[in-house]
Amino acid sequence: MTEDWVLYEVFIRARAGLEHKHVGSLHAADARMAIEHARDIYTRRQEGVSIWVVRSNDIHAADPAEAAALFDPAGDKIYRHPTFYSIPEEVKNI
Amino acid sequence: MYTQALDAQPGAAGADDAEQQARLARFQERIDRDEKIEPTDWMPEQYRHMLIRQIAQHAHSEIVGMLPEGNWITRAPSLRRKVVLIAKVQDEGGHGLYLYSAAETLGVTRAALIEQLLAGQARYSSIFNYPTLTWADIGAIGWLVDGAAIMNQIPLCRCSYGPYARAMVRICKEESFHQRQGYELMLTLARGSAAQRAMAQDAFARWWRPALMMFGPSDAHSVHTAQSMRWKIKRFSNDELRQKFIDATVPQAHFLGLSIPDPELRWDAASQHFQTGPIDWGEFEAVLRGDGPCNRERLAARREAHEAGAWVRAAAVAYAEKHPEHAPAASVG
Amino acid sequence: MNGACTAAEAHCEYVLRLADTSLVAGQRLAEWLGHGPTLEEDLALANIALDLFGQARLLLTLAGRIEGCARDEDALAFGRDAAEFRNVALAEQPNGDFAQTIVRQVMLDAWQLETYSSLVASADTELAAIAQKAVKECRYHWRYSSGWLVRLGDGTGESHRRASAALQALWRFTDELRVADELDARMAACGIGPEPAVVNARWQERLAGVLEAARLTVPAHQHYPWHGKRGVHTEALTHLLATLQYLPRLYPGVSW
Repeated sequence: MTEDWVLYEVFIRARAGLEHKHVGSLHAADARMAIEHARDIYTRRQEGVSIWVVRSNDIHAADPAEAAALFDPAGDKIYRHPTFYSIPEEVKNI
Repeated sequence: MYTQALDAQPGAAGADDAEQQARLARFQERIDRDEKIEPTDWMPEQYRHMLIRQIAQHAHSEIVGMLPEGNWITRAPSLRRKVVLIAKVQDEGGHGLYLYSAAETLGVTRAALIEQLLAGQARYSSIFNYPTLTWADIGAIGWLVDGAAIMNQIPLCRCSYGPYARAMVRICKEESFHQRQGYELMLTLARGSAAQRAMAQDAFARWWRPALMMFGPSDAHSVHTAQSMRWKIKRFSNDELRQKFIDATVPQAHFLGLSIPDPELRWDAASQHFQTGPIDWGEFEAVLRGDGPCNRERLAARREAHEAGAWVRAAAVAYAEKHPEHAPAASVG
Repeated sequence: MNGACTAAEAHCEYVLRLADTSLVAGQRLAEWLGHGPTLEEDLALANIALDLFGQARLLLTLAGRIEGCARDEDALAFGRDAAEFRNVALAEQPNGDFAQTIVRQVMLDAWQLETYSSLVASADTELAAIAQKAVKECRYHWRYSSGWLVRLGDGTGESHRRASAALQALWRFTDELRVADELDARMAACGIGPEPAVVNARWQERLAGVLEAARLTVPAHQHYPWHGKRGVHTEALTHLLATLQYLPRLYPGVSW
């Protein structure tokens, strides 16, 4: 009989209007317990109004070895940013 | 500090061929640019090992550190002091947990780290092997031990390893009340009855030198410091931090009207620092080896909790396996 | 407690029942800190203890004000002997193993939750305000302890056996949670306290539900007329108080 609990990642919404943000992890035997533990560990100082927990094993991550292929090609697409376009100063509200 | 034993470990770089040298150089460049290293990034094995050991020692120190202060929770002399102490010891548990979490990102499980602690194979800060004999010890620990810890931990918020640095940011934010409550407690005793003042002086006399030892051996004898500093796992040397602590603490002790248990302590006008008498490193090493006043009791208490909890942990696993449907999903939104 | 006491005395005594129950239960739970089955449980039990001490401080302050003898929360917590404590005896029972603690908390949490749910409408507006805050805390305590009881009852053979034994051992102390005495009736009559029959019915319903989910059986009724809420305690309380009150008793009259 194993007594090791599953690793969960914890995401907290600090207040209404903000996204959930990863804050850390904890161990729990089930999801209900994971939420309770997250509440007791990560919101002791009113850090949150909502909690998500996800089994760490259920998170799929991009392979860091592919980072260059995944992320570098966006580097030269500077036309996606408003500063790429020059507009005379006297033109307002644009 | 909480990871002081690392300083006694020998270090050896393990780069043997050109490619490895180049990777190491690129890794060092990233660190020199103050980039954070994240769990899935390539890192030298020695960096990983040093980090695991350092974070685990830090985590173990928090967990073992719950015991000397926990010793006085049931006897706190006012309800206000009691809730403060519970909240503080609880924070230490939380900090241990954040740190174990950070260590787990390096590919080691908390269960394995705890196993090492319980088997007596892991180190933790020597300070927690000293006994808490009176209520004033709770004040002395908050003021001196947490004060020393903060000196060490604030620079670690800028440590090169992302999860460790983030855990330290959280810990430092939460710990900001720990030292203040300790000093406030000492102040109340110092302004109290003769018996309370004597209690404060006695506690200070017993905790002052162990607190100085928390920073670890002198730089001259600390083999690991150089590599740790190059990799920004550690950001200041033991002696620098110790001096900073002494300079900050001596005036605080004077304000309390406490006498410092060191006849050689003096202000050195030339260096603008307080100078102390020699530290008994023999005692420090004995405590680290396991021969401090409470090493056995501390480990025994951790083992007992772990063993007594085994059936509880197993029951929760058994229930979850029987009832996967009873584990309600988080209400998303 | 008898019918001859004044309204203020009865009122104060009733508030002390609530205050002392939170105080003593908090003291017990705080003993777990550093010794729990997991680090996570250490933090959870400490949170519950902190809630209970928070309730105790507010209620003791209120009781002191009703009493009118200038006793503050600490004077009441540290300056009374066991016979003057009005907590239910269940709260003072030792932690035992984790199952015993959880069973004690399940029974106590359900009682506090139902009591405070009713007290939010108390004619004593200060007490109602405290209940307003406490009821949220107790709802979480119940969530935590009932979740654990179900895991233990329906976990392994060993955990079921331990939970079952704890239930048998502690069940007699629930007698005073269910049986209203003269003071409970008097408080209900003047609108300060809840209707005992309502609290009792809801308590029984809660317990029956969680015990069924935990595959545990409701023990047969055990008559136990020595009620902590009337100051008749078990041996456990004097030991608890000896520890709790040690410093203020040894060094009276100083501040900490």
